[in-house]
Amino acid sequence: MAYVAMADRDDPHALHDPQSFVTKYIWSQDHKVIAIQYGVTAIAIGLVALVLSLVMRLQLGFPHAFSLIAPTDYYQAITMHGMIMVIYLLTALFLGGFGNYLIPLMCGSRDMVFPYLNMVSYWVYLLAVIVLVIGFFVPGGPTGAGWTLYPPQAVSKGTPGATWGIVCMLISLGIFIVAFTMGGLNYVTTVLQARCRGMTLMRMPLSVWGIFTATILGLLAFPALLVSAVMMTLDSTVGTSFFMPAMVSMGHSPTHSGGSPLLFQHLFWFFGHPEVYIVALPAFGIVSDLLSTHARRHIFGYRMMVWAILAIGCLSFVVWAHHMYVSGMNPYFGFFFATTTLIIAVPTALKVYNWVLTLWRGDIHLTVPMLFAIGFIFTFIHGGLTGLFLGNVTVDVPLSATYFVVAHFHMVMGVSPILVVFGAVYHWYPKITGKMMNDFLGRLHFWITFLGVYAIYLPMHYLGILGVPRRYYAYTTTDFPQSVQELNRAITISALIVGAAQLILLYNLVYSLFRGKPSGPNPWRATTLEWQTPDTPPHHGNWGPKLPVVYRWAYDYSVPGASDDFIPQNVPPGPTAPATHGHGSDT
Amino acid sequence: MATDVMTAQAPAEGLHGVATDFAADKQAFPVPWGKVMMWIFLLSDTFIFSCFLTGYMNVRISTTAKWANPSAVFSLAIGQTEVPLLLIAIMTMVLITSSGTMAMAVNFGYRRNRSVTTALMLVTAGLGACFVGMQAFEWSKLILIEGVRPWGSALGPPQFGAVFFMVTGFHGLHVSAGVVYLCVVAMRVWNGFYDRKGTYETVEVVGLYWHFVDLVWVFIFALFYLW
Ligand code: HEM
Ligand SMILES: [Cu+2]
Repeated sequence: MAYVAMADRDDPHALHDPQSFVTKYIWSQDHKVIAIQYGVTAIAIGLVALVLSLVMRLQLGFPHAFSLIAPTDYYQAITMHGMIMVIYLLTALFLGGFGNYLIPLMCGSRDMVFPYLNMVSYWVYLLAVIVLVIGFFVPGGPTGAGWTLYPPQAVSKGTPGATWGIVCMLISLGIFIVAFTMGGLNYVTTVLQARCRGMTLMRMPLSVWGIFTATILGLLAFPALLVSAVMMTLDSTVGTSFFMPAMVSMGHSPTHSGGSPLLFQHLFWFFGHPEVYIVALPAFGIVSDLLSTHARRHIFGYRMMVWAILAIGCLSFVVWAHHMYVSGMNPYFGFFFATTTLIIAVPTALKVYNWVLTLWRGDIHLTVPMLFAIGFIFTFIHGGLTGLFLGNVTVDVPLSATYFVVAHFHMVMGVSPILVVFGAVYHWYPKITGKMMNDFLGRLHFWITFLGVYAIYLPMHYLGILGVPRRYYAYTTTDFPQSVQELNRAITISALIVGAAQLILLYNLVYSLFRGKPSGPNPWRATTLEWQTPDTPPHHGNWGPKLPVVYRWAYDYSVPGASDDFIPQNVPPGPTAPATHGHGSDT
Repeated sequence: MATDVMTAQAPAEGLHGVATDFAADKQAFPVPWGKVMMWIFLLSDTFIFSCFLTGYMNVRISTTAKWANPSAVFSLAIGQTEVPLLLIAIMTMVLITSSGTMAMAVNFGYRRNRSVTTALMLVTAGLGACFVGMQAFEWSKLILIEGVRPWGSALGPPQFGAVFFMVTGFHGLHVSAGVVYLCVVAMRVWNGFYDRKGTYETVEVVGLYWHFVDLVWVFIFALFYLW
C-alpha cells in the first residue's frame, strides 16, 4: 500500500515534511491541511445557501416589492438551501473539518491512519460540490423537489429541474457519500486504533466521542440515501418504476406503473433522522469541551455523557418514521415511532442537565466561545421542547408542514449546531493560526446572531400554529390575520441583519490572520492534547520526535492541591499535579 | 505494523501510567489498521445491500402484477430439455469455490509461501472473472432472448427487470472490483512487497472482502432465484 503508517509512531524519520507549496497546501496528506480545505469549501458553499435563504425571505416579507424570484425559483431555492445547509455545510464541516483537525490532535496521533485516502476524500468532496453547483446551470435549473426529494413529484414534469436538476443532485449526493465513506473509515479507525499511550477510550475528550459516534452513524445511514439515490436516478433516466406509481401528471400519463413512493420515504428518513444526529452529536461533544474549559470545571457526569452519546446514536436508527405521520403508513407505526422518539428525549435531556450542572459553581469566563456555547444551551432546549410536541402523532398531524416545523428544525438542527460551529471556530482558531481572533468583533457577532435567530424563529412558531404552510411562495388569497404579513416582514428584516452579521465573522477571520494578537500555545489554559503541541500551529506530524503520553482524563480543571487551575492530560501525577480520581486514573 | 509499535515502545515511561491503563490503552482491537478499516467498510456495505434487498422485497410485495416465475425465467436448455436454474447453480458453485481458494491463499500467506499464495489468488480472481462472464451471459440472454428490460418486460411487472438488473449489477460491480483488487495484491505478493514489509496481512484483508461478496451472493441467490 502506498501509505506510510505513522499515525502512532515515535520515530519521526518517516515524516518528510513536504517542501513545495503544492504538496504542502494543495495535494497535502496532512490532516490539518485537509481539515482547512474541508472547512473553507463547506463555508463557501454554505454562503450560497445563506444567500438563497435571504432571497426567499425577501419574497416572503415583501411579496411584491422585489420580484427577485418566480414561484418555481422559490422551490429551487428551498431545495438547494436545505440540502446545502444539512449535507454540504454542516456534515462536511463537522466531520471533514473539525473531525479531521481534532481527532489526531486530541488522541495524540501524528495523523489519520491512512493519510492518502484522507486526501482523496477531500478531493472527491470537492467534486460533489462542483456537481452540485453545475446543477444550478443545467437546462431547467436545479431541482425544486424540496430537500426531501420526495417522488413522484421529484421526477415528474411540472416540478422545476425534474429532468436535469434532480439527476445532478442525486449524482452529487452519491459522490458525497463516497467522499464521506473514505474520510469516515479513517476517522473511526484512527479513534479506535491509533491513540497515544495512556489515551484510553474513557479518557477521550467528548469532542472526539461526539465526532466518532456521528461518523459511525454516517457510515450506517448514508447507505440508505445512496440506495434511494441510485433507484431514483434509474427512475428518472432509464425509466424504471421503483418509486413511481401509475399516475396522470399535467394531462398525460407517464409510462411508470406499480412503484411505491412510500418506499422512498422510508429509505430517505432511515438516512434522514440519523443525519440530524450526525450534525448534532459533534456539536454535543464540542460544546461539552467548550463549557468545561471556559467554566474551569470538569464536565459533569463524564461517563453519563459518553453513554448518552452512544444511546442517542443507537436510538436514532429506530425513530425515522416520525417524519411520516401524515404519509398514509399504517397508524400502528405511528404509535411505535412516537414512543421511540420520546425515549430518545431521555438521554438528550440528561445531556442538557449535565451541561447546566457543569456551569453550576464554575468559574465562568464569558469569552466568545463560551458565549456561543451558552447560546447553544438556550437554542437547543428550545428546539428540543418543540420536538416533543412534534413527536406526538396527534399534535404533529395539524402542525405538520406548517411554519411550526420550520421553526423547530431550524432551532434544533440549524441554529444550535451553527452556534457550536462558531464557538468552535473562535476556540480553535488560535491553535490553527497562532493568532487570537478579535474579541470585540466576536462579541458583536455573537449578540447579533443570538438575538437575531430568536427574532427570526420565535414568531415562526406562532405562524405555524395559525396554520401558515411551509414551502409557499406567497399567501395572497389566503385569509390569514393581518399579523401574519407583518410578522413575515419583521422576520425578513431580522434575517437580513443576521445574514449581514456573518460578514463580521468572515472579516474577523481574515483580519485576525494578519493583525491578531499572537496567542501562544494554550491561550485558554485547556487540558486537552491539541493545546500541548510543541509548535503552534502544529507542524506536520504534530508532536515532534516523541509522542505524548497521557496520564489523566480531559477535565482536570480546578483540581484541589494543583499549582494551576488546569492540569494537561500529558502531565504525570506529581506534587503540583495530583492524580485525580476522575474517570482518568481508574479506567 | 501497529502491533509491533506496541512492543517496540519501552514500558519504562511511568510504570504507574501503564498499570492504570489496561486493555483499552492505544488500540481497541489487537489487529492491524487495514483490517479494522475493512471490517467497518463491510459493515457499511452490509447496510447498502440490506437496503437494496429490503427495497426489492418491498416492491415485489407491493406491486399488483404477478411476479415472474424464476425457475421458468432462469432456465437453460441442454439439448431439448429446459433445466431450471442450471446456470445460476454453476455460477454459485464457481463463486463458492473461489472462497475456498481464497481461504487457502490466506493460509499460504501466513506461511510466507510467495508463489503458492500468488497462484491461489490468481485462481480466485479467475473464478471471479468467470462468474462475471457468466453473469454477462445471463443478462444478454434475458435482454436479447426473453426481452426483459429495466422499464418493463412480458414476464412480469416492470419492477422485475428493474430490480433484478440493479441488484445483480451492483453485486457484479463488487465482484469485478474484487477481481482487480485481487490482481493488484497478487502482483505485490509475487514481487515480494509483503516479504519486505514483513507481513502478509493484506492478503487476509482482501480475503475478508472476497468472502463478504460471496456471502452477499448467497442472499441474492436465495431471494431472487428461490423465492
Ligand atoms: C439565517 C439563517 C437561515 C434562514 C434565514 C433560513 C431560512 C429558510 C427559509 C425561508 C426556508 C424555506 C421555508 C419554506 O418556505 O418552507 C428554509 C428552509 C429550510 N432550511 Fe433554512 N434558513 C437559515 C438557516 C438554515 C440552516 C443553518 C439550516 C441547517 C440545517 C437550514 C435548513 C433548512 C432546511 C432543511 C429547510 C427545508 C427545505 C425544504 O423545505 O425542503 N436553514 N430556511
Ligand atoms: Cu427525525
